[in-house]
Amino acid sequence: MKYVLMFVETEEFAKELEAMGELEQEAAYEAVGRWFAEHADKITHHVHLHPMHTATTVRLDGAEPVVTDGPFVEGKEVVSGFAEVEVADLDEALKVARSWPACPIVEIRPAS
Amino acid sequence: MNEQAKERMGQEVLARVVREHAGRLAASLVSLLGDFSAAEDLVQDAVETALRRWPVEGVPDRPDAWLFTVARRRGLDVLRRESNYRAKLAQLTWPEPAARDDRLRLIFTCCHPALSRTAQIALTLRVVCGLSAAQIAAAFVVPETTVAQRITRAKRKVGEAGIPYRIPPDEELPERLNEVLAVIYLLFNEGYLSSTPERAQARDLVEDAEWLAALLANLMPKEPEAAGLLALIRLHRARGAARFDAQGRLVLLADQDRSLWDRQAIEEATALLMRAARAHRRPGPYQLQAAIVACHAEAGSFADTDWAQILVLYDMLVHLAPSPVTRLHRAIAVRYAQGPEAALAELKDLGRALERYPLFHATRAELLRDLGRREEARRADERALELTANPAQQALLEERISWG
Repeated sequence: MKYVLMFVETEEFAKELEAMGELEQEAAYEAVGRWFAEHADKITHHVHLHPMHTATTVRLDGAEPVVTDGPFVEGKEVVSGFAEVEVADLDEALKVARSWPACPIVEIRPAS
Repeated sequence: MNEQAKERMGQEVLARVVREHAGRLAASLVSLLGDFSAAEDLVQDAVETALRRWPVEGVPDRPDAWLFTVARRRGLDVLRRESNYRAKLAQLTWPEPAARDDRLRLIFTCCHPALSRTAQIALTLRVVCGLSAAQIAAAFVVPETTVAQRITRAKRKVGEAGIPYRIPPDEELPERLNEVLAVIYLLFNEGYLSSTPERAQARDLVEDAEWLAALLANLMPKEPEAAGLLALIRLHRARGAARFDAQGRLVLLADQDRSLWDRQAIEEATALLMRAARAHRRPGPYQLQAAIVACHAEAGSFADTDWAQILVLYDMLVHLAPSPVTRLHRAIAVRYAQGPEAALAELKDLGRALERYPLFHATRAELLRDLGRREEARRADERALELTANPAQQALLEERISWG
């Protein structure tokens, strides 16, 4: 089955990342690189999104489409990237997601 | 036997037969069809047919085979156009009871962590225990349509999210087992503490929980926590007859008539617990809770209670599974082992977490009363009364407040 893992950042996580020293930051990025390498056989696609201030949202639920600045969520958690994986079932997708070394939340959604 | 009694007896037999066979039937159908939802519909259909016909025709000699034949025939009928299913159904034979039990897979699927807790409970009761949506709704005092929707949504998620139908691999087992144990424990608690006045129905939930715990302990003999949960439920059940007085009021442990306790059940549950503890040496929250209840159950009178031992067990429990509620119960043991002053000190930093928990205020009231601080005690009892919806607890608190 195909799943999309959506990596969700929190304000707290972004602050922690910013507060890190250069070496620590490098180690954090390396851990992410290793994670992608480890699961390369299952990852069919992956994208890191640009920061949320670059987002534009179109709302289609009114009479006319409304274009606004910023991400669609009004909360403080933001999808910062995603990976598409091809695995047997939800348990395998959960296993991959569990080893994700960066931001604290991963949403898993079946896709086709 | 009058007609009414006969009918009630009939219902009990039906409920037992259905519970014993529905899970195994569902399990064999799921593993053959690979379709959780279709299998579940077939089982429900067979169960409903049985509930309609058995009271008239009598329970057949082999109810399992009867249910199986109905499900298979119905399956062929419904799925006639789908040759794939048809070929599979044609091969279907009732599995030998000795074959490895697929009910285990079924329970783990129903309690998958990707399902909400309410969905896990509804699905387990329906698929593994064979309860109807109406019976589940009655037990939890929610509308039947709510239960039906929960089940439909849960089945859809099992299919669409790709929740696998299998026993989780060994390394995931302990973590997944906790999910299953938690569902059974919740069923038991809902029935035992029963936040609703319909106690007769709530007691059925305790029975279902005990049955599931026994099944799990039987299917997973290497998991001491499964044995621990079974022992815990049995020990509580063994003391059930003394928990309420003739007027339906809750009787506190200290005031219970211990001659009403089922001594044999207590001995059996304690032996089960000891065996599990000795064989595996892996204490867990359910074994520890059961051991605490066993200490109470074995005491000849309230005064003979081994509070020192209970306190040791609570220390282990707080260490393994720290929670404010566990610390509150530990404080009650401190009251008897070390006195009310020490116990009151234990409650000091729990107030924030348990502000809305009636037992916290009721316990505080007792300790304050022990220390002669009557006015504070009365205020704490009043606060507890505001917070509880349980009529038995309300009655008890009202009595205490009126005595001052």
